[in-house]
Amino acid sequence: MTDPNAAKFENVDNIVAGLLEQGYIASRQIATAIFVAENLTKPILVEGSAGVGKTELALASAAWLGLPLIRMQCYEGLDESKALYEWKYGKQLLYTQILKDKMGDVLGDAPGLDDAMKKLHGFGDLFFSEEFLEPRPLLKALRQKHGAVLLIDEIDKSDEEFEAFLLEILSAYQVTIPEIGTVTSTVPPLVFLTSNNMREMGDALKRRCLHLYIPLPDARLEEQIVAARVPNIEEKLRRKLVSFVQRLRELDLKKLPSISETLDWARVLLLLHADDLAPDMVRDTLNVLLKFETDIDAVRPQIAELTRKARQDGDRGYATSS
Amino acid sequence: MQRPLENFFRALRAADIRVSPAESIDAHRTVDVVGYGDRQLFKDALCVALAKTPDEVANFDECFEMFFQRDEFGEREDGDEDGEGSQPPEGAESDADFADQLGNVPLAEMVLDADGSELAAAMERSANQVGATDIKFFSQRGYFARRILDDMGLRDLERLIASLRRSGEGDEDGEGDAARDLAQRLEQGRRYLLDESRQYVERQYELYARANGENLREEFLMETRMSNLEHRDFDRMHRIVRRMAKRLASRYSHRRKHTRRGQLDIRRTMRRNMPHDGIPFEVLWKQIKIERPKIVVICDVSKSVAAAARFLLLFLYSLHEVIAHLEAYAFSDGLISVGEILEQNDVEQAIPEIMNAIGFRSTDYGQALADYEEGFMETLDRHTTVIILGDGRSNFTDPRIDIMRRIHDQSRSVIWLNPEPQTFWGTGDSEMPRYRQFCHVAKTCSTVLHLERVVDDILKSYARA
Repeated sequence: MTDPNAAKFENVDNIVAGLLEQGYIASRQIATAIFVAENLTKPILVEGSAGVGKTELALASAAWLGLPLIRMQCYEGLDESKALYEWKYGKQLLYTQILKDKMGDVLGDAPGLDDAMKKLHGFGDLFFSEEFLEPRPLLKALRQKHGAVLLIDEIDKSDEEFEAFLLEILSAYQVTIPEIGTVTSTVPPLVFLTSNNMREMGDALKRRCLHLYIPLPDARLEEQIVAARVPNIEEKLRRKLVSFVQRLRELDLKKLPSISETLDWARVLLLLHADDLAPDMVRDTLNVLLKFETDIDAVRPQIAELTRKARQDGDRGYATSS
Repeated sequence: MQRPLENFFRALRAADIRVSPAESIDAHRTVDVVGYGDRQLFKDALCVALAKTPDEVANFDECFEMFFQRDEFGEREDGDEDGEGSQPPEGAESDADFADQLGNVPLAEMVLDADGSELAAAMERSANQVGATDIKFFSQRGYFARRILDDMGLRDLERLIASLRRSGEGDEDGEGDAARDLAQRLEQGRRYLLDESRQYVERQYELYARANGENLREEFLMETRMSNLEHRDFDRMHRIVRRMAKRLASRYSHRRKHTRRGQLDIRRTMRRNMPHDGIPFEVLWKQIKIERPKIVVICDVSKSVAAAARFLLLFLYSLHEVIAHLEAYAFSDGLISVGEILEQNDVEQAIPEIMNAIGFRSTDYGQALADYEEGFMETLDRHTTVIILGDGRSNFTDPRIDIMRRIHDQSRSVIWLNPEPQTFWGTGDSEMPRYRQFCHVAKTCSTVLHLERVVDDILKSYARA
C-alpha cells in the first residue's frame, strides 16, 4: 500500500506549509520535530506552558494529514481499562442470562459433567471475544487502517504506573490483551504527548520520545498567529495588541499570558468593535489576559504606560518585521 | 563522521544531557534522515532527538555551537588580517630556494600555506592522537596544548627555524636575507600555532570537562558538613537543595489514590449491585489511599547552630515550595511561625528576615516548646510528622520534657535531626539523651545528603500508608 501522505513528509518546508494551511503557524523546530518523528516513527513529547498551542499542534496535524484524531485526556487515576480496552461486563451478563436456556439445550444431551465441560470448551471464548470488547482510545488508534493522529493530552497528570504502561505502545506500537493476544498497528499512528510539567516525566518515557519544547512566541510569530486565527482584526490594532502582550510578558507575573490568551483578547477586542488600544478598554478586558487577581493588581497601575508604548510600537511597526 | 558524532555525544554528556547508547542510535538514525547539508535542520533534528527538557535544550544549544565552531578554524585565519603575529605569513616567491628543507618538515609547509583548513585538520588529527578530549582539569591545558604541537611536529619546525637563522647570520647577501625572511615568517607561524592550539585545548576543556568540575564541586558540597559551608557557596547550595526538594516532591506529591485493578473489592461490589439482584454489573476494585504528607518543621536558629542555620532554613524554604502542607517554625529563645515569611519572600530575603526576627540569640528549648504548645499545637494530629532541626543544647534551662512527651503522643512521628555527631550528645548542656526518648527517630544530620535521605524516608512512609 502506498501511503498517500508520504509526499507530505518529504521535507520540512512541506510540513510548515501544510500546517499553515490549517491555520497553524509552525516554527522550523516544530516542523523538524514532526519530520523526524515520522521518519523514525517515534512519538513526540510536547512541552511548554499552558496555551502555547501544544494540543492545537496535534489537531492541526490531523486535519492536514486527513487522519482521524484520537484524543486521550489523562488524569489522576486513569488506568488501562479506560485507556486501552474494557470488557462490556453488562452485555456479557445480559447475554449469559438470555442464553441460559439455550445453554441447557446445547448441553442437555451430554451425559456427564465432564462431557458437558468438553462441549463448553468447544465453543471457544464466547464471552471474551471482539464482540464484547470495548476499545478505548489507545486500542482504537492502533486499529485504524490508514493510521491516525493519537493525542495523549497532559500526560503529566496521569500516574507513574500508567506512564510505564504506555511504554509498550510508544516503542513498539502494539499492546497485549491477555484474553485476545497482541494487537499490532498496521500503520503506526503519529503520537503526540503533551505535558505542562506538573511533574517530571520518567526517563524511560523520555527516552522513547522526541522532545519538543514550544516557547512563548516572539512578536513577529505571534502577529502571524493572530493574523491567521483572527483574520478580521485590523493590522494596526493587531500590532498594538501583540506589542502589549509582549510587554506584559516582560513583567514579573505569576502566570504569563500565552498565545491562547492573546487570541481570546483579540477576539474580545473585535467583538467590542475596538479600533484602537484605549487604556480604559484595556483595563476592562484585562481579565481575559491575566488569570490571577494579584497579577491584575500588579499590572493595573502600569496600564497607561504600557498602552502608550504599545501604541507607539503599533504605529511604528516592528523593526523585525521590515 | 562517526567519530565527531561520538565526540559530540561525549560533550553533551559533559553538559549534563543524558545520551544513552539507545539515544545515540536514534541520533545516528536521525542524522541519516536529515543529512549534514542543512546546519539548522541538522541541529534542530538532533536537538529534538537528544535534549529532553527545556534546560537540556538550552545546554544543547550552547554545546552544539561550541562543538561545531571549530569548523571555522580556517576561515578565521583569513578574516583576522589585523591581528599581529598570530596570522600566518603571506606566501613568498623565494621559498623555492628552501624547498628541500621545507620538504622534510610538512608542518612548515602547512604553516606557510595561507589556507588554514589543512592545519586545522592536522591539529584535529593530533588532538585525537594524544587524546585531548580526555582533559579533566583546568591545569592540564598547557600540557595538552604542548602534546598536540609535539605530535604535529613542532620540534622539527623549531629546528628548521633555528637552522635557517644560522644560515641567515653567516652572509649578508640576498640568500641570507631570504633565509632570515623565511625564518621570520615561520616564527610568526609558530606563534600562531601556539595560540591556536591553546585555544583549541581551551575549547576541549569547556566542552568535556567544565561541567565535570562543577559536578565535582556539587558532590563535595553535598557531603560537606553544613556548619563548614562557606557563604560563597550559598547560591550553589540553593540550587542543589532546590533540585533535591523538587525531586522529593515530584516523587511523592502525586500519588494520592490509585485503584488496584485486578483485586476485586467484594464487599463494595456486592453492596453496589444490590439493586441488580446481586448480579455484579458494576465491578469495584480495591483501592489504596495515599495521604498527603503533613509535616511540621521546627528549626533552631540560635547562636550555637548559627553556621548551619542558614542552610537549615534554605532547606526549609525549598521544602516549603514543594510540599503543600508544611508548617514551619523557627526558634532560639522563643518560637515564631515562619510560614508567612517563607511564602511571601524570595529566599534571599526570607532567610535574613527570619534570622533578624528570631535568630542569633541564646537557646531556650523549654521556652520554645512552651511557645509551640501554646500557639500551634492544636493543629497537631496523628497524620502529622514533626521534624525538629537543632542541636538540643538548651543552656541548662528547663528542657520541658513534658511538652516533648505530648508532642510525641499526639503526632504520627517525631524526627530529630541533630547537626552534632552522636558522641557529643549529652555532653555539656546537651539535653539530647532526654529528648531522644520521645523521638521516633533521632539522627545526626550534618550534610545535605543526610537531609535528603531522611526526608525521603519520611515521605515514603506516607506513600505506603
